[in-house]
Amino acid sequence: MTRLEMKLAKIKKAGKKGLFIYITAGAPDIKTTIDAVKAAEKAGADVIELGIPFSDPMADGPVIQAAAVTAIKNGMTVQKVLELVGEIRQFSDIPLIGMGYINNMLNYGFERFVREFKAAGMDGLILPDVPHEEAGDMRRICQEHEFHLIEFVTPGTNSSRMDKICASANGFVYCVSVNGVTGVRKIDYSPIHRVIEQARRFTDVPMAVGFGIGSAEAAREAADKADAVIVGSAVVKLLQEKDIRGAAQLIATIRQALDEGVK
Amino acid sequence: MTIGRFGKYGGQYVPEIVMPVLKELETAYASYKNDKAFQAEVKRYLCEYAGRPTMLYYAEKLTRHYDRAKIYLKREDLLHTGAHKINNALGQAILAKCMGKQRIVAETGAGQHGVACATVAALFGFECHVFMGAADVERQKLNVFRMKLLGAKVIPVTSGTGTLKDATSEAIRYWAANIEDTYYIIGSVVGPHPYPEMVRDFQSVIGQEIRKQIRQENGGRLDYLLACVGGGSNAMGTFYDFRNDRHIKKIGVEAAGRGNANGDHAKTLGEGRPGILHGAYSYLLQDNDGQVVEAYSISAGLDYPGVGPEHSYFKDAGVAQYVSVNDTEALAAFQRLSRIEGIIPAMESSHALAYLEKLMPQTKKDEVVVVCLSGRGDKDVQMVAKAMGEEII
Repeated sequence: MTRLEMKLAKIKKAGKKGLFIYITAGAPDIKTTIDAVKAAEKAGADVIELGIPFSDPMADGPVIQAAAVTAIKNGMTVQKVLELVGEIRQFSDIPLIGMGYINNMLNYGFERFVREFKAAGMDGLILPDVPHEEAGDMRRICQEHEFHLIEFVTPGTNSSRMDKICASANGFVYCVSVNGVTGVRKIDYSPIHRVIEQARRFTDVPMAVGFGIGSAEAAREAADKADAVIVGSAVVKLLQEKDIRGAAQLIATIRQALDEGVK
Repeated sequence: MTIGRFGKYGGQYVPEIVMPVLKELETAYASYKNDKAFQAEVKRYLCEYAGRPTMLYYAEKLTRHYDRAKIYLKREDLLHTGAHKINNALGQAILAKCMGKQRIVAETGAGQHGVACATVAALFGFECHVFMGAADVERQKLNVFRMKLLGAKVIPVTSGTGTLKDATSEAIRYWAANIEDTYYIIGSVVGPHPYPEMVRDFQSVIGQEIRKQIRQENGGRLDYLLACVGGGSNAMGTFYDFRNDRHIKKIGVEAAGRGNANGDHAKTLGEGRPGILHGAYSYLLQDNDGQVVEAYSISAGLDYPGVGPEHSYFKDAGVAQYVSVNDTEALAAFQRLSRIEGIIPAMESSHALAYLEKLMPQTKKDEVVVVCLSGRGDKDVQMVAKAMGEEII
């Protein structure tokens, strides 16, 4: 079992919901990212998604786009994210999943990326611009290194592709709550909940809902049929202002809501 | 997998949200592509509305100027809306209509594709949203107003660097959020499959007409095809029908801008490395870390850091060769054609014309060169005046 699988199994056994927190690496600076990871774990985050900044993040809304721009401007590179992962591993064993766009990894060398990031302590990758059909070689390389490559479902994923996607699912399935990009807004979670129920017929891998979740109330709603929720933009927005305390408070509130929701 | 690939280039690198609608588009296009009624409708609008076939004009004065091979101009500049972009916009709008979509979304750089989309949206009764970099909105006020007149909504894009690549990302984001009723008309042979293939098909009428016309005009002798390359739609349209004619040299001309540093040119095929942007694996201007680098050219239609994946394949396979000319050379060609032939070319097309300076001395008198005059220069007049040191507005 991988570090991520052990963590998610533990959450399930405790009858709890997982809380994944997305943080853009190096936005606005590396120190803030390190402090934010510490604060997030303390406030109750179960998994950290570490954003690898890309110049053209197609799946991201304004907040995470702006964070990427800041990070790149401040000198963040793939190499520096690698060093950051090593640094985080000095003080934490929290599962770390990289989230980035494929061009950075291709440029670095995909196999090299997986090998070096695995060695540094990263547990897997989320690649929003690599759909299931394009992931073939990457999936093989990740498997060889026992590195997760996360699969996606969305409200529009139809049954003809669902079985293939679920057959490759590992770690967790990223359930995109809504058509569109990342960013906090009011969302009707029932379409993605229906998709989750369908997906469970094909796989036992935990289902994590992301996109749009920025409050305790939204998290509780989103978590209803899911195993975990992913919170990104709401946290990143606070971190852009170096408001680590504010981010920790938000995470703690969501944690509490998820725990109470289960009771 | 080989679907939607040109050699190793192309593919569908898009978020999962977009996949179902790409599959829908793939299926729809595959069936309409061979549908006689669909093809007849596209053809009718191309002929009666847009003005096809366009003339293949023997540029006698320009030929005499160089005193070498005969030069012909493929007059895409005479089309409705002023450029070859309408070929693709019409084809895709008719497809959107067949698919029952309500709304058109598009990106635009110089505004030519935006105007073409706004035009077909007016014609077929679509709501139309055009994303345009904030800097381009400022630079291309005339086209912005044309789009508004045609009933389109122009949305200035300030994210990223606020240029064509960001407008494209924003159009894709909007599309992803409105996937059910919105059709995305991409403006060039770029983007995820099936777009590069589809746009190529709608533009390849250019080369098909050239083949027919040159046969009547010159007994079929043809030695060189010249076209400018930004995303590469007019070049692909010009080259495609001749892809297996090895004896005909196909030359794509990129914008060398104002220098060789990152951010000073748009030589994607000349200086880029393969990478992934906007859904396709193709040559890409990127830095050492794999971040996309801003492209620059005096011509707003050429400053795109990516290029159509089939051009990447053509480059590697030697089907076409790709060269570049800089801002100064293009400006000189803009004025040269205006003076010698009485035709004001688009700044984009001026890049292809500028390469004649290098090509013509190597040609022989009995040879034949065809240049794709992809658009007219009315839209560029203000900018060219400024570059020449004159303020006209």
